[in-house]
Amino acid sequence: MRTEIRIGGFGGQGILMCGIIIAKAASLYDHKFAVQTQSYGPEARGGASRTEVVISDQEVDYPKVDSPEIFVAMSHEAFLKYVDDVKDGAILITDPDLVDENEIIDIINKKNFKYYTSDATKQAQDTLGLKIVANIVMLGSFVKATGLISEESARKAILESVPPGTEEKNIKAFELGMDVVKKAN
Amino acid sequence: MTKEVFVQGNEACALGAIAAGCRFFAGYPITPSTEIAEIMSKKLPTVGGRFVQMEDEIAAVGAIIGASWGGQKVVTATSGPGFSLMQENIGYAAITETPIVIINMQRGSPSTGQPTRSAQADMMQTRWGSHGDYETISLAPSSVQECFDYTVEAFNLAEKYRCPVFVMADEIVGHMREKITIPDKIDITPRQMPEKCENYLPYDAPENSTTPMPSFASGFNIHVTGLTHDERGYPSTDDPDVHSKLVTRLCNKILKNRSDIAQIDTKYIDDAEIIVLGYGIPSRSALTAVKKARDSGLKVGYIKLGVVWPFAEELLLEYTKNAKRIIVPELNLGQVYLEVDRVLGKNAKVELVSKIGGALITPDEILDKIMEE
Repeated sequence: MRTEIRIGGFGGQGILMCGIIIAKAASLYDHKFAVQTQSYGPEARGGASRTEVVISDQEVDYPKVDSPEIFVAMSHEAFLKYVDDVKDGAILITDPDLVDENEIIDIINKKNFKYYTSDATKQAQDTLGLKIVANIVMLGSFVKATGLISEESARKAILESVPPGTEEKNIKAFELGMDVVKKAN
Repeated sequence: MTKEVFVQGNEACALGAIAAGCRFFAGYPITPSTEIAEIMSKKLPTVGGRFVQMEDEIAAVGAIIGASWGGQKVVTATSGPGFSLMQENIGYAAITETPIVIINMQRGSPSTGQPTRSAQADMMQTRWGSHGDYETISLAPSSVQECFDYTVEAFNLAEKYRCPVFVMADEIVGHMREKITIPDKIDITPRQMPEKCENYLPYDAPENSTTPMPSFASGFNIHVTGLTHDERGYPSTDDPDVHSKLVTRLCNKILKNRSDIAQIDTKYIDDAEIIVLGYGIPSRSALTAVKKARDSGLKVGYIKLGVVWPFAEELLLEYTKNAKRIIVPELNLGQVYLEVDRVLGKNAKVELVSKIGGALITPDEILDKIMEE
């Protein structure tokens, strides 16, 4: 089975790292096939940016994501920019402090999304005192909400990817993300 | 021990180069190939190699030609605008039979075009971007694993045929990340050195072939020139026979060995009435399209050229002999398509699926073409 994932946010949030860790966990530790791609351009820092991952039981031929079944939005702009071709019935996870629910609820209902929220940025700041790990909090929420990669593989991929000395903080952020994700519809 | 890593195409090219024995990189970083220079600048010094950032791309090729004659395996990496600047020295490498590897992460063009978007529009430039009759070898990776494997292969072919070899990738494959397997043993073609200095003739090569290559300061008093030269390597610019013999051999050492140089993947071609024939990243869309077509009972086959140039005419005629239609997807307005049509167009109708602007051809776009008629 082939699953397409899109994660959008603004440049600097660690969106890209989040996608890399998911794909790494799937391919190196869950022994599936995975391809990670990203938006790449002069607008990447500050503006809307995205990363996409394809995970499959079989070799991934076509590497691009055209209609994701999972959409993670960490900014309002990214939600609006990247939502159009997301599949009806897809899993949506947003950071509700960054994506205004009132403005998107019609789209959520119309597209019949399975809607989850994770206040990753607030949790990273308030609970861990480190806003920069919001992406890893969101990763924890992603693992909990989708079950697409195993928790153990995610931990291994985090440890392999984050800068030395930050392992403990990042694992804490991951665990926090698993706890704070909520089904929202 | 065999190692699995999850890396970007650019990084896989850098790892492949080092695994192939490359210890010298000279270049001028350019999007979307910059990561190759960045990684080589970090890794080469740790394995006893040298990295030099040059003032421009023509100097970069000059430097790798010099280092190759110094006995090193050498590489540079670039994209379209830099590739254009390199062309003069590529011709120099061709006539002096200098093994060099150039990685071109193709981007939207012409000129500075689209720095951050993908294209395959340098495929004809890679053949004859420099002036004159000459032949080189171009490989086209479609995955991160192939970025590694084909870069290794490029070094081996450069040594075997003593010519410039190009890894013609693109922005998508360069920035995409996938798991790759790095084998513990890699086949490496070493530099063939001549044996005796006495009565040594550096360019006394058999027909359709090349000669062992000495390095500077190893006792062989050699003269290396871009002028037409005789067996001794001395300029001989007036004698039509010397020129004809040299340039014909430079071309034929590649063309006459094209079936050996070829790397062709085929799937479902035995009963195929329609064949999708691609290279590089669109061939992954092609494979999805072909599988979908097979699922709906259509006799459609798949061919991927790992080596695009030299064009493997004889093998491809054989593989496509029963096909009625051949579909060529590429990220340009039709370049390799013209060669496919020249060689295979007598037996089959050759059709183009073209896309420019930076996005990858989708499987459905190829499927739509398959369904036509």
